[in-house]
Amino acid sequence: MSAHLDPVFLARVQFGFTIAYHITFPAFTIGLASWLAVVEWRWLKTGNPLYEQIYRMWIKIFAVTFGMGVVTGVVLSFQLGTNWSVFSDKVGSVLGPLLGYEVLTAFFLEASFLGIMLFGWNRVSKKMHFTATVIVAVGTLISTFWILSANSWMQTPAGFREGADGLFYPTNWIQLIFNPSFPYRLIHMVTAAYLTTAFVVGGIGGYYLWKGLHVKHARIMLGMAMIMAIFVAPLQLLFGDMHGLNTFKHQPLKVAAMEGIWNTEKGAALRLFAWPDQIGERNRFEITIPKLSSLILTHDLNGEVKGLTSWPRKDRPPVALVFWSFRIMFAMGGLMIATGLVALVLYFRKMLFTTRWFHLWCVAMTPSGFIAVLTGWFVTEVGRQPFIVYNVLRTSETISPVAAGSVALSLAAFVIVYGFIFTAGAYYILQLIAKGPDASEEETYGSHGVEKPPLVTDIAAQTGGKDV
Amino acid sequence: MFSFDSFVDLPLIWYSLIGTAIFLYVLLDGFDLGVGILFPLAPSDQCRNRMMNSIAPFWDGNETWLVLSGGGLFAAFPLAYAILMPAFYIPVILMLIGLILRGVAFEFRFKASAKSRKIWDRSFHFGSLTATFMQGMILGTFVHGIAVNGRNFSGGSFDWISAFSFMTGVGLVAGYSLLGATWTILKTEGETQEWARKTAKIVMVVVALFMGLVSLSMPLMNPDIKQLWFSLPNFYFLQLMPVLSLVFLIMLWRDLRSEKEFRPFFLTMGIFLMNYIGIGVSTWPWLVPFDVTLWNAAAAPESQSFLLVGTIFLLPCILAYTGYCFYVFRGKASHEHDAAY
Ligand code: HDD
Ligand code: HEM
Ligand code: HEM
Repeated sequence: MSAHLDPVFLARVQFGFTIAYHITFPAFTIGLASWLAVVEWRWLKTGNPLYEQIYRMWIKIFAVTFGMGVVTGVVLSFQLGTNWSVFSDKVGSVLGPLLGYEVLTAFFLEASFLGIMLFGWNRVSKKMHFTATVIVAVGTLISTFWILSANSWMQTPAGFREGADGLFYPTNWIQLIFNPSFPYRLIHMVTAAYLTTAFVVGGIGGYYLWKGLHVKHARIMLGMAMIMAIFVAPLQLLFGDMHGLNTFKHQPLKVAAMEGIWNTEKGAALRLFAWPDQIGERNRFEITIPKLSSLILTHDLNGEVKGLTSWPRKDRPPVALVFWSFRIMFAMGGLMIATGLVALVLYFRKMLFTTRWFHLWCVAMTPSGFIAVLTGWFVTEVGRQPFIVYNVLRTSETISPVAAGSVALSLAAFVIVYGFIFTAGAYYILQLIAKGPDASEEETYGSHGVEKPPLVTDIAAQTGGKDV
Repeated sequence: MFSFDSFVDLPLIWYSLIGTAIFLYVLLDGFDLGVGILFPLAPSDQCRNRMMNSIAPFWDGNETWLVLSGGGLFAAFPLAYAILMPAFYIPVILMLIGLILRGVAFEFRFKASAKSRKIWDRSFHFGSLTATFMQGMILGTFVHGIAVNGRNFSGGSFDWISAFSFMTGVGLVAGYSLLGATWTILKTEGETQEWARKTAKIVMVVVALFMGLVSLSMPLMNPDIKQLWFSLPNFYFLQLMPVLSLVFLIMLWRDLRSEKEFRPFFLTMGIFLMNYIGIGVSTWPWLVPFDVTLWNAAAAPESQSFLLVGTIFLLPCILAYTGYCFYVFRGKASHEHDAAY
């Protein structure tokens, strides 16, 4: 069958595309919600209007991103049924309650209090407004908890049995929810979201400093972001390492793909660069560091690492994609740590807010979190293939009885619509950045822009979109 | 592992819970989708701003009832979810795209310049219209029956297109418009309110017409439904629904000619309730008409029990804070800065 009209292939592309698009927004809003709560708390505590202005600037960016997160999330919750109906039927009793709890404990909370957070300024007290911000932030974390539990169960299924009817049944909810990879994935993902936000906030702060705009606000933004980079980026290395060891235990095949190791080796080398050749079962152009891989994975210079050829061909994931995605994520982590270290040095030399090349560097790092989050998920999800539930259920067996033509059309429709709203969303966010934090009340837009003075849009049009 | 299936009829409880969630969705998102449908007809930009401001704090919470309905179906009746979603593939995707286009319009419209605001006005209107029409067609297809083989949908990609589903689609567009118009009466004053009252009168006639059409064609289409409604003694009890609908319609008509602000919205909800129960009675006990009953489609009792424990505590909390949000944003919507953030 031609790959283009293979319904399994199309459904996978559609799912991968829509979920990768969706995660881009949570990766940012989870961190931003928590950060806004901190900023508002600082404002209530110190009464410093700078914090209020920062809050009011970022909440608008938050609103745009959150809205896009919501509408793309709704798509996902239906897609399990529209495109993976056999999967839904088989695992409904296991995963259904987890997603049900996500809606009940998180989505309603986020959605309801978001209204107060955005529109409640003149209607509730400052304390209540702060409470609403905190509730939204907690809601995003609760939602992360449940969805990652569901995803981790698909990676390392536990607490279930397979019935004679081919359906899956829960046997122990605790084991099922807290399945072996879940704690690692949860910590790694929440940290990832915080870092993503930190580098966006730091990038914008750096941009203002570099341009000499809104300097007082920019110092706060850059300062807070660098605190995250200094303390949390190294922790992410630790969490990532622990996560990898956990994967080595439960999904050694995935680790072999991440490391690009084809033949079982004692004292396996770490491949810095390689071009994995799926058909030839080997790497081309390797650059290696001897024994390092064994050291990391087994804490022993001569420990054994199983190679890809230990598993039948039909059970292997696409190696090159996993291998390279992992390296990109790792590189981003490394760059983040380096940024934190440089910031620390500059800070002690009292040069953090005056070193222009560093501000430019922070601007360049703005997308680093998104890149790491997406490539990280590629490692996780593609590395699990060809299984949808690891070692239990194959992706190809779980697709809906929907005509390939319908899927092709829906995929095309999503690509067009998402492209359109992404462009618009990015444009408005750049405009908000161009406008900056000390825009006065007059320039806000509860009026839906009716009475917006033309001046503001002019300024935005001049500076927006260009060098941000 | 705990399970309550020896004490209670779990599938029946879940059927009622999901039925309630869907109904709340219809009422709540119904009014904000309805506002979207009527949006371009409003007499001025200022009216449109007021209408938008009246729903901006709520639409996300309203839509979450849809996520709960879908998620709840997946959790409590996975088989029904697995058959229905592929059966409705195209209309569901179109509905989702409609919801995306209208959902982003709320935020983008705030930020847009006067010129590009037109794009988001359109996107809001056509998104709302598409989503509603598709929901109506899904409803019609559902009532009509779905082709099933084993545990899978076995029909074609376009089974959802029929004269009947077209009729329910248009009917729902009218129904949501009525909710939207009466909501606007409730939340606005002056010019906007006057316009909403006039619109509601016209829309109401269309709604009554389609209610009549659908109610007549259902028994004609399906002898079982005819048997159910017109055999004795059912006939006596079931008459209550059409009779009450008629009473509500007459009351609504009179309210719209007076100065009443609150009652029209609630009367419209009453009309929706009667229709909803009517559909429920006609399709009972099918979750996938006419192949899979609610008991056949049920998830494992352990799963239904596990989710039920939380639902019992969480649902009242959700209703409480949803109520609080409606309370915070009580009163008439303004067209300007009050709503700023
Ligand atoms: C790491 C976190 C994370 C991951 C992996 C996912 N999501 Fe998500 N999702 C969120 C974190 C999140 C969030 C932070 O809670 C969002 C983002 C923006 C928002 O409004 O809430 C959200 C929104 C959101 C919504 C809209 C909620 C509403 O109506 O308010 C739905 C229905 C989903 N998601 C469903 C899914 C599904 C079915 C996923 C996987 C298949 C998924 N999400 C992956
Ligand atoms: C949010 C971050 C996530 C990203 C970026 C992501 C990405 C991906 C990608 C790229 C694939 C395609 C793999 C392939 O076919 O080669 C995939 C598959 C899949 N993922 Fe995830 N995923 C994420 C989270 C989740 C979660 C939380 C769930 C479920 C609870 C999930 C369920 C699935 C399913 C059912 C598939 C199978 C379909 C397929 O193989 O394409 N994913 N995901
Ligand atoms: C610094 C060194 C890092 C290491 C050693 C590391 C390690 C890992 C490993 C081993 C996985 C795959 C787990 C599996 O699929 O079983 C993973 C996944 C992932 N990584 Fe990293 N990571 C690092 C940095 C980062 C950074 C900086 C980010 C984002 C800011 C990030 C985001 C993610 C995400 C979102 C996933 C997918 C979800 C998951 O499985 O947790 N990682 N990481």
